[in-house]
Amino acid sequence: MQEIWRALVQAVNLIVSLDTEVVQISLRSLYISAASIIIAALFCVPIGSLIHFHDFRGKRVVINVIQTFYSLPTVVVGLLVFLFISRSGPLGGLELLFTPAAIIIGQVILIMPMLTGMTIGALSGVDKTIRDTALSSGAGTAQAIRAILFEARFAVVGVLILGFGRAISEVGAALMLGGNIRGYTRVLTTAISLETQRGDLVLSLALGIILIGIAMVVSVIMNILLQRY
Amino acid sequence: MAFLQTVDLEQRAGAAVLLNKVNLSVERGEIFTVIGPTGAGKTTLLRLINLLDRPSAGDIYFDGEKITGSSGNVVQVRRRMAMVFQKPAVFNSTVYENVAYPLKVRGYHEKTDRTRVYGLLDTIGLGGYAKRKAKTLSGGEAQRVALARAVVSKPDLLLLDEPTANLDPGTVKMIERLVMDFNRERGLTVIMSTHDMQQAQRVAGRVGVLMNGRLVQVGRPGDVFFSPGNARIAGFVGMRNLLKGHIVHSKSGIVVVDVDGRDIEAVSDLPAGTAVEIFIRPEDVVLSKLASDSSARNDLRCIIRSLSSNGPLCTVIVDCGFPLEVLITGKSAVELELSQGQEIYTSFKASAVRVLPSMQG
Repeated sequence: MQEIWRALVQAVNLIVSLDTEVVQISLRSLYISAASIIIAALFCVPIGSLIHFHDFRGKRVVINVIQTFYSLPTVVVGLLVFLFISRSGPLGGLELLFTPAAIIIGQVILIMPMLTGMTIGALSGVDKTIRDTALSSGAGTAQAIRAILFEARFAVVGVLILGFGRAISEVGAALMLGGNIRGYTRVLTTAISLETQRGDLVLSLALGIILIGIAMVVSVIMNILLQRY
Repeated sequence: MAFLQTVDLEQRAGAAVLLNKVNLSVERGEIFTVIGPTGAGKTTLLRLINLLDRPSAGDIYFDGEKITGSSGNVVQVRRRMAMVFQKPAVFNSTVYENVAYPLKVRGYHEKTDRTRVYGLLDTIGLGGYAKRKAKTLSGGEAQRVALARAVVSKPDLLLLDEPTANLDPGTVKMIERLVMDFNRERGLTVIMSTHDMQQAQRVAGRVGVLMNGRLVQVGRPGDVFFSPGNARIAGFVGMRNLLKGHIVHSKSGIVVVDVDGRDIEAVSDLPAGTAVEIFIRPEDVVLSKLASDSSARNDLRCIIRSLSSNGPLCTVIVDCGFPLEVLITGKSAVELELSQGQEIYTSFKASAVRVLPSMQG
């Protein structure tokens, strides 16, 4: 228990003293996960909407498959992307392995099923009368979809926060694809993993506290923004 | 061709027939009410007219143009109409944004919007509510917002799907008045569905009765109410004393109907042997202590089963071999010294008995 208390003190110290390396790692974590969630959202919110607003054969099955992939293991994603972007892989020429971009690719793939599936869920939660009201008010299809997404905004933002949380807290893809290169691809989770192996449990815990702190700040900011609308 | 016309309109859901060859015509500028019990197909019909659903068969013509089957201009057609749904639906934004929504999707100018929206909010009695969250409104207020939202774009046709179901009497009155005002001031054509016959009588110029997906009678409210086209309509519009029987004798417009062994004279041209349903309005029956001897009347000796007073009127249920409901004034109830189990004579004119051929199924 002693460690936890010391970790807290050290975390506060690291934050207050603006330790250069910790600040860099934190910002990198934040930037990589933010990029992942934004890219994933650009794909998943429209795809989820498309699935929700169209009735087709096997829709239920598609949704079930998507939901199954919520539990995609991060290391499996890491491995698959690794196979594609490693020097001998089909995308090896792009030299993406062990770059921040590689981590982003991995995280995007990791959170896409969850984002898509939960977007569908969020839209399903909107009362059918909203669609009818929008259409009978003269909205075109795209305008009606916008109206429904707007109705579901709290749920959709919740989904995005969840996706961000999964991205910033995963370690498998970041480690396998980023390589934990100091000053380049080292993020909070890979740093924690490394420091733990080195035996610096207090620093690991402090970094963990910072990670949770970042997730909390992001969630609070999003909710404040949401309250305005 | 009428302003809005449906031709053999049909809607099926699996094996169920929701609408069965409905031919409705509504003229420009009138308030047309579709009445019918729950599940008759009222909502289905209005949704088809608003192009929210596609019909299984048949066509809809609006202002001279066929609007079914043409997928290209659905939005343009819908923008000439507006619909208010039974369940008050508001967007999770402010009252102002709700009412302004149809203008927004049409890309109207912000400045003219504001005046029109604020004007409408005043009209519906929610003048100070512009910035309120619409979700915090009561059901009645939300429905008024829905009505304002429907008329803000100045549509040619307003569709109202049981807009006052489950609302308090004050709001019902207000919404009815608003609809009638919009109709009068702007010449707005209105099609409103309701299951409330009295509401239809209050607001409608014409009434169409929809039952089991069929449009069974169209006419002025009074016609439908006083001369329902068949027994089921009669029951629906609140006709009491619906009795089954068959004609035993028919001569020069007068028939004798056997109802549970009692003969009742009525005015009808139907031939002997026809299975019929007859109904007698409770207020057309007279009670007396002695048998009258007028030949043009039905006179039946009965037993009083129950008495219930409602204000100045008194409903008496008598047993004449079949139950008969009689409505008399409270004063005559006292004068006749009515009491339960007492023997009494009921009489009613042959012309007060309405005879309709029995419906099969």
